Amino acid sequence: MHILEGEGVTKYFGGLAAVSNVDFYVEQGEVVGLIGPNGAGKTTLFNLISAALVPKPGIIKYKGKNITRKKPHQICRIGIARTFQTVKIFANMPVLQNVLAGSFFGTSPGMSSTDATREALESLEFVGLSDLAATPAGDLTLANQKRLEVARALATRPELLLLDELMAGLNHTEIAESMELVKRIRDRGVTVVMIEHVMKAIMNVCDRIIVLHHGQKIAEGTPQEIATSKTVIEVYLGEQTNAGS
Amino acid sequence: MNITAFTFKKSLVPGLLLVILVALVTLPIYGSLYNVILVTSILMYANLTVSWVLFSGSTGYMSLATAAFFGIGIYASALFLPTTGAVFPVLVVVLIGGLASSLVALGVGALTLRLRGIYFAIFTFVLVVLIMELGIWWELSVSHLLGRYVILVDNNVIFYTMLGIFVLVMLTTFFIRRSKFGLAMRSIGENEEAASHIGINVTMVKVITFAISAFFMGATGAIWATKLTYVDPHVAFNVLFSFMPVLMAIFGGMGNIYGPVIGAALFAYLQETLQTEFPEIYMISFGFILVAVILYLPNGVLGLIQKLWKRISGGKRAHT
Repeated sequence: MHILEGEGVTKYFGGLAAVSNVDFYVEQGEVVGLIGPNGAGKTTLFNLISAALVPKPGIIKYKGKNITRKKPHQICRIGIARTFQTVKIFANMPVLQNVLAGSFFGTSPGMSSTDATREALESLEFVGLSDLAATPAGDLTLANQKRLEVARALATRPELLLLDELMAGLNHTEIAESMELVKRIRDRGVTVVMIEHVMKAIMNVCDRIIVLHHGQKIAEGTPQEIATSKTVIEVYLGEQTNAGS
Repeated sequence: MNITAFTFKKSLVPGLLLVILVALVTLPIYGSLYNVILVTSILMYANLTVSWVLFSGSTGYMSLATAAFFGIGIYASALFLPTTGAVFPVLVVVLIGGLASSLVALGVGALTLRLRGIYFAIFTFVLVVLIMELGIWWELSVSHLLGRYVILVDNNVIFYTMLGIFVLVMLTTFFIRRSKFGLAMRSIGENEEAASHIGINVTMVKVITFAISAFFMGATGAIWATKLTYVDPHVAFNVLFSFMPVLMAIFGGMGNIYGPVIGAALFAYLQETLQTEFPEIYMISFGFILVAVILYLPNGVLGLIQKLWKRISGGKRAHT
């Protein structure tokens, strides 16, 4: 079943087509990678899905229902959560409170505070931040701030999670941990769409990859198909020797 | 020893609050009329400041609309408590003043809370001027009145009403801060975009908070009008009342619920003393004090108290 579908999704910024007539789909339970050079429109597409921006023209469907006119908080409440390319944590609040906000207001807003706290602690445990629950979020390392964003997004109990450059700026160990994290999120039954420049991670974790270039979808397929696709190598991957690094 | 220190500290704050409350409630019995009037105006400023912080302190939206909501409350009294005969009892008019202000806040908020930063501040400021000009136009061309007179109300009644509003606004702030709603407000103040993407209806939270804060400002204005007795648009919508709460909050420190109260109390007291004792240099010295506070006490007077308290109470632990 297609959990998410886009038909002719387009977004202009002034005269520039940031995303242009993109059709895409995401199957329930898979991990989809969204790649492309800087400025290709990847984050804009995330913003369109999560309703931070409205496509014009174009339709986005979640579980077969048109969600194009919804507000960001409504998108979250129907089960689509996201993280941000530049971390947007609540820096002056303790780590636990960040996640608590997610579990209080996510897909089940009527939750009691005991349930919400339990859920928040569970999310922190899942990403490995339990020991830092009382620390102000702004004091965390970048890797941990990114994990915190994931925990906060998971606390909203999404069925679809959009990860925007989870691994950018992380070292090798942290990248390996993040790849592990994405796999564990998938194993929980959460469908994942991830924007990523770390090719090793994309090739390793994703079931399917969509390639954007200048706002247009230029390729789509399994990691093997993408790694050997001529167009993709030309515009993005470059020499094949670099593709795996 | 630690445990006794802990329980002492735990019971200290509620105990102190109780003492202050009792002292305030019984003030008209032991205090002079001058003191009752002075504390009434301190409470008026405290009400405005705490309600301002309730919205602006947590959401990070700098509102300069305080004078508008305060003025709407004042006009509620001018309309329903004229010297020709009160239309409703005083408390009902106070309620009307509060409700009218929150209604305006709901409307204005729904229209303008999408504005961010300086634009929101400017808009709210313009709102005060706009309402004042509308008032002037109305009085000149429709009602043909320069000003209105409000009935005299006993000083103790004014005092107790002001105190009642103060207790309500403090309790409201206290409970909102600890609630899920308060968490949503803080999330918005920290990062509005992220807040909306974790399921918080940011527009609704902002508008409701704006309206709650306006309610207390309007109620405060309504009872304050009975102290003014003469009301015209310039008196009611004096922009000074938009800036005072901001200054008082900065002066006291916005870190917790008591900062704004301490700020308002000290500020209002200073203002009163300087104005009566040194009228020639009142504004000048006032300016210097404010500059000094902003430069040297970034967390306000409360921040200073907390720092000193830490030095006294935490000193022992630091050596161990």
